[in-house]
Amino acid sequence: MPDYAIETTHLRKEFGRKVAVADLTLQVKRGEVFGFLGPNGAGKTTSVKMLLGLTAPTAGDATLLNAPLGDRRTRTRIGYLPEHFRFYPWLKAVEFLDLQGRLYGMETQRRRNVIPQLLQRVGLAQATELKLAAFSKGMTQRIGLAQALMNAPDLVFLDEPTSGLDPLGRRLVREIIAEVSATGTAVFLNSHLLSEVEQTCHRVAFIREGRVLETHDLSQWDEDAISVKMRVGRISAELLAHLQTLSADVYQTDDGFVHVTVSAEKDIPTLVNWLVAHNHALYELNLERLSLEDRFLKIIGNHSGDTLTA
Amino acid sequence: MTIITIAQLTIREAQRRKILWAALLMGILFLLVFGIGLHLIWREMTLDNPYDAPEMFEVPANFLTMAGLYVTNFLVVIMAVLISVASISGEIESHLVDILITKPMNRRDLIMGKWLGFGVMTTLYTFMLGGGVMLISRLVTGLALRQPIAGISLIALNALVMLTVSIAGGTRLSTLANGVVAFMLYGLAFVGGWVEAIGGLFRNETAVNLGIVSSLLLPVEALWRKAAIIFQPRMTGSTSFAGPFVVTNEPSDVMVVYAVVYIVGLLAFALWSFQKRDM
Ligand SMILES: Nc1ncnc2c1ncn2[C@@H]1O[C@H](COP(=O)(O)OP(=O)(O)OP(=O)(O)O)[C@@H](O)[C@H]1O
Ligand SMILES: [Mg+2]
Repeated sequence: MPDYAIETTHLRKEFGRKVAVADLTLQVKRGEVFGFLGPNGAGKTTSVKMLLGLTAPTAGDATLLNAPLGDRRTRTRIGYLPEHFRFYPWLKAVEFLDLQGRLYGMETQRRRNVIPQLLQRVGLAQATELKLAAFSKGMTQRIGLAQALMNAPDLVFLDEPTSGLDPLGRRLVREIIAEVSATGTAVFLNSHLLSEVEQTCHRVAFIREGRVLETHDLSQWDEDAISVKMRVGRISAELLAHLQTLSADVYQTDDGFVHVTVSAEKDIPTLVNWLVAHNHALYELNLERLSLEDRFLKIIGNHSGDTLTA
Repeated sequence: MTIITIAQLTIREAQRRKILWAALLMGILFLLVFGIGLHLIWREMTLDNPYDAPEMFEVPANFLTMAGLYVTNFLVVIMAVLISVASISGEIESHLVDILITKPMNRRDLIMGKWLGFGVMTTLYTFMLGGGVMLISRLVTGLALRQPIAGISLIALNALVMLTVSIAGGTRLSTLANGVVAFMLYGLAFVGGWVEAIGGLFRNETAVNLGIVSSLLLPVEALWRKAAIIFQPRMTGSTSFAGPFVVTNEPSDVMVVYAVVYIVGLLAFALWSFQKRDM
């Protein structure tokens, strides 16, 4: 049996007649940073809640770190930053972390060692004795992140960890994710900030209506779609017809540019050679690698037909 | 272990949010007013009638002390609901429980810990108020109640009954709905108790049965009557209805057992209900 951090099969959740998660089947490897992307209401948070035992699945199965859902011992190795994290406002930062450590069953000495380090790491070293009531939104989010890493987990769920964070805070989150991942911790990341997902995740799944539409390995993905934007002298029907043999995705914009999506870099010289050979004046050519956002919109858009017609 | 952690946290919350101090301060104020009032009334009565035998004053002394204990009972029952009514439902609604119950703990530890924390606080408070009333009345009037500890324990049991109702309700109801249910149940038991008492005087069996059913629904009023009898045995068997503080018909000991079973059963329901729900 392969050693997955998360493995789910046909996980499903209904709230009355509302289907929040239809059929979630996915695997997350150990040490992997896995981005879980989808539009609002796609079922991301509900999926995480099922995995963490907050919500009981209507159907389906899952394992975390090879243990069935709800296994209490496994939870000592799992961290969780909820979507709208907040906690008792009357606790001081250090007391809050100490409580979390106690609930994880950590020894006093280990808590004493870890807490200052963590507060330092999330940039709250000055706020140790401050009550959570006095925390700003970003500070709250930071201590929530610290709490999720308290037990040096093997698997951590972060539900929109950068919400409310300034650019520095967002970079901090990216760095921390990279760090924990380097030590072998798997990270399950729900986020809408695709540029960040792009910078931190190894793989991403796109979900919609509680189904995985596509899963992609980001390291192998740069190559497979390059958007070329060019300005040529005269845009003839012949030109467009030929371009369509090179790429399925050709269109012309009002500002006089032609956009062609090619699947590999080697297609670009071929394209240029053909233009030159056929006396098309080429004034400008730009490469635009598809951002994750472009892909998100494309993938979610492509699959939207089946519901819009309903 | 986790239960103790949560119980400590519950008590610390009451401390930090000044609930404990407010309750202590107001409790002291209550005892102060009771003491001064009792002292003034008592002086008036004994000064005007210097030649009367001391037995003459037993009835008013008893009445005033029972009035103080009656209010104590009322206060701790209300207090038990007030401090706990928002605890579970509020933390579910704000998703604050999420990071607690995803820790390697049982969900039931959270409920048990909170129950224990609130239970310790209300019990101590009951003994403080009830003991204070008794001590003051002892000092001022010289009245010694028959079984003070057993009686206060029944009042404390009352508070635990209400606490358990509010904890159990909190696992499913919103804070406001939970408060409505708890207080209305209390009102129902209260009226039921009177119906039973007066029905007993007129030997109306249906009224008595109605009272008993309401006591089964929430045994707090019956427990109070039991406590009152334990405190002041002289009144037993009296046939005249002498106001709400003076009890004429004693609920059986089975009622006390029932109250304990009630708490255990309701707590078990709370654990189950919290275990089963989606967060
Ligand atoms: N407790 C609930 N009762 C009823 N419906 C629910 C409940 N929780 C979630 N839903 C529904 O399930 C669907 C998925 O919700 P979920 O919170 O998982 O979405 P999400 O992908 O996290 O969205 P977002 O990006 O906005 O955070 C939504 O349509 C939501 O209305
Ligand atoms: Mg969400």
